[in-house]
Amino acid sequence: MSKSGILKSTIARKVAMALSAFFLMVFLLQHLIINSTSMVSADTFNDISHFMGTNFLIQYILQPVLLFGVVFHFIMGFVLELKNRKSRSVKYAKNNGAANSSWMSRNMILTGVVILAFLGLHFYDFWIPELITKFGQGNWSGVVEGHEGLRYFGELQHKFVDPVRVGIYCLSFILLSLHLLHGFSSAFQSVGANNKYTRGLKNFGIAYAVLVPLGFVVIALFHHFNHC
Amino acid sequence: MMNLTLRIWRQKDSNSKGRMVDYKVTDISEHMSFLEMMDVLNEQLVNSGEEPVAFDHDCREGICGMCSLYINGEAHGPDRAITTCQLHMRSFKDGDTITIEPWRATAFPVIKDLIVDRMALERIQHAGGFISVNTSGNTQDANSLPISKINADEAMDAAACIGCGACVATCKNASAMLFVGAKVSQYALLPQGQVEAKERVLNMVAQMDKEGFGNCTNTGACEVECPKGISLENIARMNREYLKASILSK
Ligand code: HEM
Ligand code: SF4
Ligand code: FES
Repeated sequence: MSKSGILKSTIARKVAMALSAFFLMVFLLQHLIINSTSMVSADTFNDISHFMGTNFLIQYILQPVLLFGVVFHFIMGFVLELKNRKSRSVKYAKNNGAANSSWMSRNMILTGVVILAFLGLHFYDFWIPELITKFGQGNWSGVVEGHEGLRYFGELQHKFVDPVRVGIYCLSFILLSLHLLHGFSSAFQSVGANNKYTRGLKNFGIAYAVLVPLGFVVIALFHHFNHC
Repeated sequence: MMNLTLRIWRQKDSNSKGRMVDYKVTDISEHMSFLEMMDVLNEQLVNSGEEPVAFDHDCREGICGMCSLYINGEAHGPDRAITTCQLHMRSFKDGDTITIEPWRATAFPVIKDLIVDRMALERIQHAGGFISVNTSGNTQDANSLPISKINADEAMDAAACIGCGACVATCKNASAMLFVGAKVSQYALLPQGQVEAKERVLNMVAQMDKEGFGNCTNTGACEVECPKGISLENIARMNREYLKASILSK
């Protein structure tokens, strides 16, 4: 029975979900750290971006892993959600979910879908232009017309001029925060870690879930108002 | 004394379509248990020639796990750490409308009115929730095996599960992870459970999935509504046992 496909069992699926989420949370933190440098020094941000964008290991190993991680996570999210819906074919006429669980824990799919929509925009904004420059035009130099020196900082600033985009950006990070407020500690429970460290981990998770998205919001607002 | 409106799910049998029906009950004492209040309603219905409302119950003292009922949107009603038979009318107010529904889960089909078929939990238990011992007369006394106090306590806590299914009823995904977690844990914590530990967790989880219960999102609702205070730690322990068994299995 155990051999019949490891990702068929509910527990295996949740463990896989948690592992992909751990990876995404580490990625998110390093993304924040790199983005933060843009508030301190344009040159530092440019140098790091150029390194990340041209390093072989990062481009051809870590980037595909990241892409796989994101795609796996949201597809598995939908798979789990579908099964969960099927598991209660007749709904309650009256259900008081708030009496026993947090809104965040009951709406992971909702916050997840908003994050997914945001990722679409984010890819359109940064990733696709990146691919066009590098693979379409074969320009790996980091230098393009219209930007002095390396292009990355200028591109970043440019994206945060439009207040609507900044608004969408901030809203998405609030939903990411809600996703992580439940997700962080949930992932540990999924991999079977529930012990004397759980309370501390929960508090750390809350700090992570608030501070990391907040960091992205601060960066967006910083560039928006500095540029206006 | 209270006058109440009861909004109750009526369903003739598993093949019929059900619906919510309103009933009035009067002069209900706050000292009555919830099920006694249901008895009053049924007496009323029988006297007027109507079909009484079918609901599960047996011991009426919180030990058998038969009573169920989703009351005002919560499994076993608004109070904590009790079964429906231990719920009293003092938890309600005069003039209240009380919504009463059966456990809702695809794996728990309605048999009639408020009674659902919980054999799925039984089948999970049969898949591995036991130990095989030779009972030919030379059975070793269980007390001769040293067991640490903490493990004994935790096994005892897990074994408190009465299989009522409130965890499933309450879970937004109709997941049975708390029930199965408790049943796996009670053996995983004891030396007697070690021999069959691997097959137990693999088979019980496979059966759980086969029955059509949902996945666990770790919302924690089950732990809050469980009448026996079964802890989420049991789910984490089952996940560990499952991982260990899958990775080590041949
Ligand atoms: C791309 C869009 C995303 C979707 C559609 C999505 C969806 C979901 C869903 C539905 C769950 C709950 C699964 C369940 O237990 O039933 C979940 C869990 C989780 N997600 Fe996401 N998510 C997305 C992005 C992210 C991102 C970017 C992160 C982190 C940076 C993240 C972190 C987590 C964590 C930590 C969990 C908890 C894992 C667990 O309970 O074991 N998610 N996600
Ligand atoms: S874990 Fe609690 S709620 Fe679930 S079946 Fe056992 S006693 Fe009932
Ligand atoms: S009737 Fe036995 S527990 Fe309620």
